[in-house]
Amino acid sequence: MTVTASQRAVRPAATGVRASGPSTRQRRSRAGLAARVVVAVVVSVIMAFPLWVMLVTALSGQSVFSTQLDLLPTNITLANFARVFSAWPVGQWFSNSVTVTALTTIISVVVSVMAGYGFAKLRFPAKTPLFLLLLSTMMIPTQAILVPQFRLVNALGLVGTFWAVIIPGAAATFGIFLARQFMIGIPTELIEAAKIDGAGPVRIFASIVLPLSKPLLAVLTLLSLMYQWNDFLWPLIVLRDPSLYTLPIGLQFLQGQYQTDYGALMAMTLITVGPLVVLFLVFQRWFVQGFATSGIR
Amino acid sequence: MSQAAALAAGQDVGTGTAPAGRAPHRRGRSLWEPSALIFVGPSVLLALAFLILPMIGSFYYSTQKVSPLSGDTTPLGLENYRTMFADPTFLRALVNTAAFTLITVPLSMGLGLALAVLMNSVLPARKVWRTVIYLPLVISGVSVGLIGTFLYNEVIGVVDKVLVALGASSGIPWQSNGFWSFTSVVLVTLWIRVGFSMIIYLAALQAVPGDLYEASALDGANGWQRFRYMTVPMVGPATFFLIIMNVIYSFQVFDTIFVLTNGGPGTSTEMLGTWAYKVAFGPTRNQGYGAAIGVVIFALTLIFTIVQWRANRTRDEVA
Repeated sequence: MTVTASQRAVRPAATGVRASGPSTRQRRSRAGLAARVVVAVVVSVIMAFPLWVMLVTALSGQSVFSTQLDLLPTNITLANFARVFSAWPVGQWFSNSVTVTALTTIISVVVSVMAGYGFAKLRFPAKTPLFLLLLSTMMIPTQAILVPQFRLVNALGLVGTFWAVIIPGAAATFGIFLARQFMIGIPTELIEAAKIDGAGPVRIFASIVLPLSKPLLAVLTLLSLMYQWNDFLWPLIVLRDPSLYTLPIGLQFLQGQYQTDYGALMAMTLITVGPLVVLFLVFQRWFVQGFATSGIR
Repeated sequence: MSQAAALAAGQDVGTGTAPAGRAPHRRGRSLWEPSALIFVGPSVLLALAFLILPMIGSFYYSTQKVSPLSGDTTPLGLENYRTMFADPTFLRALVNTAAFTLITVPLSMGLGLALAVLMNSVLPARKVWRTVIYLPLVISGVSVGLIGTFLYNEVIGVVDKVLVALGASSGIPWQSNGFWSFTSVVLVTLWIRVGFSMIIYLAALQAVPGDLYEASALDGANGWQRFRYMTVPMVGPATFFLIIMNVIYSFQVFDTIFVLTNGGPGTSTEMLGTWAYKVAFGPTRNQGYGAAIGVVIFALTLIFTIVQWRANRTRDEVA
């Protein structure tokens, strides 16, 4: 993994060279280019196909039971959405998802960034063992801790409230490593200088470290938003009351209600994936950076 | 585990396995900063309460009989583990998970590398293709599974309609046949996982100096030789990282399969992750046994990571 650091350093040089290509064999390279474009188009069509089908089905008034293949929306309508919204508290589920996702994200980003700073810049006993302990928790599969976690959350009286999702959700440790990695890069001299000027630890963190950590905050926030918005297994266990459902739980519940009424189901799917798709299209660079450095997903 | 984390661990394990406690001796206690408690404390408390103690708890509950209603426990010794190895569904889930891992990990990484090479070459509208391939990464497993049930539906499904339109005599029994059901799970998983391998490989490829390729081209190496003897070794660290991340994902796979096939037909797509949930929180609510399956998933993850880590260290030392 030590390559990661050098990758960054080398990247500009690599980009410069890539464009030049094999200049002496232009005809062969033109055929190669055409072949590559064809492959790229075919792969992209396959990758986009499931989402396209979802979109068309959600917006189409056509009966999905017809035997012919309709891959273009014939008569666009919002009837599917109206049907789902009038029968189920979809608006409530949406706002539940927003509440849970926002609160979990805020708490986990704050906790991760603080811990990352501590592990990167502060001196305290047992620092390395503690860090390794937190690191090792990333290997714990959700299914391996369901039973004790449920008993704990139950004993705390949280089952049936959003806190049952939010507090364990904020314990996700991946952010700590991203934060530590980033903050090691903040010059220690800056912090020392502020100390000499008489700034306390909280002041240093708030007025020096945080302003320098905007890219980190962006990546952490987006990853956490995605993770919480999509989270399914744990909320499935602790959010039993339909009025508390988040969108993924509601979606899975409607699968049982609508069976093969895919107009309704795809409309609901579109509501669930829509916000994240928009977020991804706007902030793709940050998402990709987050995936590449954290391995989350 | 993350790339950053793996990097950090590589360094820290290095110093940690050397004479223990070297760092504290060098630094001395006088330099300990009390504010660290405020900064690091919350994260350590959260991890202890909701990850580490529950993991220890799982070992404990796996040796208990947990009453489905009251939650009271009675000691059972290793009875839950005996039940496990006599449980045909568990054994099937174990085999399925192994097969799922052995199929999806190499395929998603191979395709990811091929696409990364493609996207690293001269190509118009590169950003558009890249965005399309990455997009499934942000879509929730439940949504993916639900879209899958529509695509692979045997009566009204789009995939079979396309196959028939392309000239097939009849559709494929994606839902009623175990083999095809498993295939649909693999295909859906490739759809959402390929972009991840591609991201990691693309970052690694962009670190390979371009003049290296030019030099080898002048030396007469053809495209395949350059790929086999230059690209593949150069992306070695990325491969190591991806194997660990992808295998961990496959061991724990849940959302997509729960919604797409729910383990069926029969038990043909049951996985350790789905079976652990059903045992502990399904109608039987056998939480002691469920915890035992959880412990097995954890143990498999741990063993695999350690083996892979050691293999990688040895390889680095040899090289």
